[in-house]
Amino acid sequence: MNQFTSVHVIYLLEAARWTLLLSLIALAGGGVLGLALALGRVSRLRILRGLAIAYIQIVQGTPLLVLLFLSYFGLSLAGYRLDPLVAAGLSLTFYVGAFLGEIWRGCIEAVPRTQWEASDCLGLNRFQQYTHVILPQAVRIATAPTVGFMVQVVKNTSLASIIGFVELTRAGQIVNNSTFQPFLVFLIVAAIYFAICYPLSVASRVLERKLHVAR
Amino acid sequence: MTYRFDFSFLAERWPAFLEGAWLTIQLTVVSIALGFVLGTLCAVLRVYGGGLVRRVIGVYVELIRNTPLLVQIFIVYFGLASLGLKLSAELSAIIALVINVGAYTTEIMRAGIESTGRTQLEAADCLGLTRLQTILHIVLLPAMERVYPALSSQFVLLMLASSVTSQISAEELTAIANVIQSDTYRSFEVYLVVAVVYLALSFLYRFGFWLIGRLLFVRRRKLGTAI
Amino acid sequence: MSQDSAVAGRPGRDPDGPANASEVVVSVQGVTKYFGPLKVLDGVSLEVRQGQLVAIVGRSGSGKSTLLRCMNGLEPIQGGRIVICGHDVGIGKSNRAELRRDVGMVFQSYNLFPHFTVERNITLALTLVKKNPKAEAARIAAEVLALVGLADKSSAYPEQLSGGQQQRVAIARSLALSPQVMLFDEVTSALDPELTVEVLKVMEDLAQRGMTMVLVTHEMAFARRVADQVVFMHKGKVWESGPTAQVFAHPTTAEFTQFIGTGL
Repeated sequence: MNQFTSVHVIYLLEAARWTLLLSLIALAGGGVLGLALALGRVSRLRILRGLAIAYIQIVQGTPLLVLLFLSYFGLSLAGYRLDPLVAAGLSLTFYVGAFLGEIWRGCIEAVPRTQWEASDCLGLNRFQQYTHVILPQAVRIATAPTVGFMVQVVKNTSLASIIGFVELTRAGQIVNNSTFQPFLVFLIVAAIYFAICYPLSVASRVLERKLHVAR
Repeated sequence: MTYRFDFSFLAERWPAFLEGAWLTIQLTVVSIALGFVLGTLCAVLRVYGGGLVRRVIGVYVELIRNTPLLVQIFIVYFGLASLGLKLSAELSAIIALVINVGAYTTEIMRAGIESTGRTQLEAADCLGLTRLQTILHIVLLPAMERVYPALSSQFVLLMLASSVTSQISAEELTAIANVIQSDTYRSFEVYLVVAVVYLALSFLYRFGFWLIGRLLFVRRRKLGTAI
Repeated sequence: MSQDSAVAGRPGRDPDGPANASEVVVSVQGVTKYFGPLKVLDGVSLEVRQGQLVAIVGRSGSGKSTLLRCMNGLEPIQGGRIVICGHDVGIGKSNRAELRRDVGMVFQSYNLFPHFTVERNITLALTLVKKNPKAEAARIAAEVLALVGLADKSSAYPEQLSGGQQQRVAIARSLALSPQVMLFDEVTSALDPELTVEVLKVMEDLAQRGMTMVLVTHEMAFARRVADQVVFMHKGKVWESGPTAQVFAHPTTAEFTQFIGTGL
């Protein structure tokens, strides 16, 4: 049994960088997927809507951990080697995409009907309506909840530890196995997560007040 | 490279999945119920309590909402054990889940309570109702009705999140899936089945909450309107 | 002869006499109140005797609603004294419960509890505050509902009723607690003219039965016909006050003359 020293704290902090990296990957991938899903959800084509709804419902009804396992073992079935980062990145992308899709759909639908009508009367086609009128306003509405959701993403990366990816939580387990002081170790792990997430939470609240989305 | 899916394990092992589902239901129903009570209590204290109480609850909520559930579970299970308090995996799971859902419920119910019209409170005051009576009879039920969609969504999320308690070997659906897949080596198929079971549970829970809503919100059932 | 009726037998109202014999039920003496730096009540005094109906009139912003709310302890005062039904309003909350029993209030926006039926709206305070048993509460509720002409609506929800009906339920709800004084804060202002009539009728009926009532109202015709005393407020002060006929016949201030002239 080793003493818990500052070396361990540094080790945890370094692992936290992987947490951040994974979060960014999830946001990037999930963001692209989420946008596609949101647009699909509000599409005029029944089949696109149906597919988007089905995907979102299925993913939102499944635990992230199970998605993680599916990605992990699914990768090996597809012939790739088992890489925790890839598996985690993939499953988080699928997961985050579904939730962002729902959030952003709500934001698109929150843009008043009258904006559609006005831009339509000006002769803009659907694509132009989206890019010049609707999406810019939807982005403004979406800023606060998206920042708020980033907190969820960072927290969700902790599950990657379960398939062996060494991010903050896994690092905590490793340190604990060495020092056998779980209370102290995991409290510090929690503190580091808090240091990342709390500013995001506050930012989300501030944004919501400032952008003052009319309801 | 072709892969032959093999679901043959189901023929023999399907009762285990059902048992796992039932265990998850037991675990999460208890946690949700207790967590709801805790959350509502904290919300009431947060809105009507004194400065110190409000700050303490505020800290509680922020701590829980900005740290991962998995880490919270580790702190309860491993952390408390190292301090001398050795709890079973199931009890640790319930404690962690209750504390977790309590924090989210606090925020949701707080929003509901604070959206009570001031005039309602005034009318209650003018009729001579005490503050406690006002909270119990006038504020809570309509507040809950207003935030019910957010509340039930949160509870379904908790049921799904309970899968991480498998990491401390609590007896529930994912833990059983882990056992089966290590036995059968059909990992992908096993988790696919588990995903389907969780999906079914999601629908079951959503239906359950809808039912509870019908029972609780009598006025809505009779008139069909939102409050 | 106990609580057989919600409005227990009171000395009959004498519309002509100055009713000197009845006691003072509401005493407002030199009340001042500020909202921040703004002085909304400036040395307001008035007296209400038992069985009287006093109408407080004035333009929006004159302070009349504020005065009413101060009478009931809903707003604090910074100067002066208010004694209502023997309770000194403004000192602590110790006698709050008793104050609530003696003084009933009806609001402009009715403030019925939407998640309760009409009957439950009325019986709630009866069971919780006055600790009446359920059967007794139900009986009283039926009685007051009949008084306001809504006996058949006891199991309806507020949203199923018209504005006028909701306001009448609000009056019944307050009446059920057998208050000694009832305060009405612009109770018809939010109603359409047709619905206003039914509410005014109930109020006039109450007055006939001898209830002591203080009204803040825009209904000048009603005030003129039914009120014993009229108080005209302007910019936080009382500019006219006295028996109705006298005040209307011989106004002493130009503001009041202007006010009734514009028909506000």
